[in-house]
Amino acid sequence: MQKLSEKFMKAIFFTAALVSVIAVILICLFLGINGILTIEKIGVKDFLTGTLWQPLKGLYGILPMIIGSIYVTAGAIILGVPLGLLCAVFLAYFCPKWLYRILKPATDLLAGIPSIVYGFFGLTVIVPLIQRLFGGSGKGVLAASLILGIMILPSVISISEAALRAVPKSYYEGALALGATHERGVYSVSLPAAKSGIAAGIVLGVGRAIGEAMAVSMVAGNQPIIPGSILSGVRTLTSNIVLEMGYAEGLHRDALIATGVVLFVFILIINIMFSLLTSKERNK
Amino acid sequence: MLSSIKNRISYFKKRPVALILFLITWSAAITTVLAIAFIIAYILAKGLPHITPSLFEFKYTSENASLTPALITTLYITLFSLLLAVPLGIFSAIYLVEYSKQKSPLVKLIRTTTEVLAGIPSIVFGLFGYLIFVIFLKLGYSVISGSLTLAIIILPVIIRSTEEALLSVPISYREAGFGLGAGKLRTVFKVIIPSALPGIFSGIVLSSGRILGETAALIYTLGTASGVPKTFLKGGRTLAVHMYALLNEGLYYNQAYATAVILLLLVLIINSISAFLVHLKTKKLKG
Repeated sequence: MQKLSEKFMKAIFFTAALVSVIAVILICLFLGINGILTIEKIGVKDFLTGTLWQPLKGLYGILPMIIGSIYVTAGAIILGVPLGLLCAVFLAYFCPKWLYRILKPATDLLAGIPSIVYGFFGLTVIVPLIQRLFGGSGKGVLAASLILGIMILPSVISISEAALRAVPKSYYEGALALGATHERGVYSVSLPAAKSGIAAGIVLGVGRAIGEAMAVSMVAGNQPIIPGSILSGVRTLTSNIVLEMGYAEGLHRDALIATGVVLFVFILIINIMFSLLTSKERNK
Repeated sequence: MLSSIKNRISYFKKRPVALILFLITWSAAITTVLAIAFIIAYILAKGLPHITPSLFEFKYTSENASLTPALITTLYITLFSLLLAVPLGIFSAIYLVEYSKQKSPLVKLIRTTTEVLAGIPSIVFGLFGYLIFVIFLKLGYSVISGSLTLAIIILPVIIRSTEEALLSVPISYREAGFGLGAGKLRTVFKVIIPSALPGIFSGIVLSSGRILGETAALIYTLGTASGVPKTFLKGGRTLAVHMYALLNEGLYYNQAYATAVILLLLVLIINSISAFLVHLKTKKLKG
């Protein structure tokens, strides 16, 4: 009797563990097959390198969205990573204990704020600000990059901080013993030693930025064009789906699903990079 | 105090590089803090004045733009998604930590797929949920489609935190369980799980936060209907989706700010619970 229940529960645990495998298989089946068939129908070249997205005329080129996603993600990285990295250094090496008790919950709060709230904040604060400073509509690459830069801060900060704390104290002490100042010890010894962990934090930030849909679609302007300047409107892969999925039908709907597949492939590549970086960290 | 500042100044006078690095680091920290403070203060300033009793009327009308139905739906969705994902996640983690051979290719596959799931953007989950639950299984825009989609989203979070919690239970506990003549199953349920509870709970809390903030995955699975769903096959909107809908209609900015305040408050509560659980965990480890 005892044995039977042991075996039975083991089977249950095993089945539960298989659910995530099944989920990924289902996602690949439902999105992948649908997407690949659609891309084939539209034409790989027309779909991936076409510059016109005009569903009414049957034109489904997503190159502007691919480039748009890359632009706003790059912008978010340029704005968010240096700031987040310096913050992580601050938290790990400069922050007095009493201040840490305030700062850590504050960055956690930043991580918990829903993306729709960020989008709203961007729409009512950042967009008018850009409008006043530079003219134009205010919506575009810059606004989207700014909001995404803030949104990736918590991931960059927490992973980089953990990486910095994992660096053996003796490295830093060695630097001090050789006559380096505290600042120099931190920046020229501890920081380089944590570089693969920090890279993992950046990659995670990239993943978050490229996958973000709601906030971006509210501040990016969403014109399906290849942006000519940082103020020009831009549409990302994610916002393409959010904006049109509600009313799309037939091939148009399938093309949006295919857009999701392209996004999925991007994310997979980023994931592989992330796991390579973290496994490197672990092997150390 | 004054002399220590003087010391600092003379220290930096001789070391300009150190001074620059010091200033850069502090200014980055201050910038971040100011950004956080500004965002929160702005939302509070804009939202608090608009938190009125009419927002909490039970029925949503186009006049009051009440958030109560959305609040109730959020509770439904959170509860239902957790009900689906928590047992699954805990069981998966038990299998991965207590039963599986760590090197087997199947375990590697399970771990990889969990990681893949964790990285997929919500909008892709939204598309997937729409295709499989709404269309293929004909569940329509409904609580059940939304919860199933969210359950898949939070599954990796629960698996990972439970795994970590199980791994942090010392081997000696297991040996003690076996030593007292308990079978594996009994040891798992009576010894290991109880000592891993704070870690498991923090996974659940983390997942609730994710559910609360989710919009993209819900718009095309739960829908945006404004009432409280009467059955699991009816659609609705969570608070975050409610905010999205208000903004889309363009008439309800004030109510949207007020909703943002409520969302912020809920995030704060969730974060406090999670911090408390971490505190509990570290206390337990210290003995």
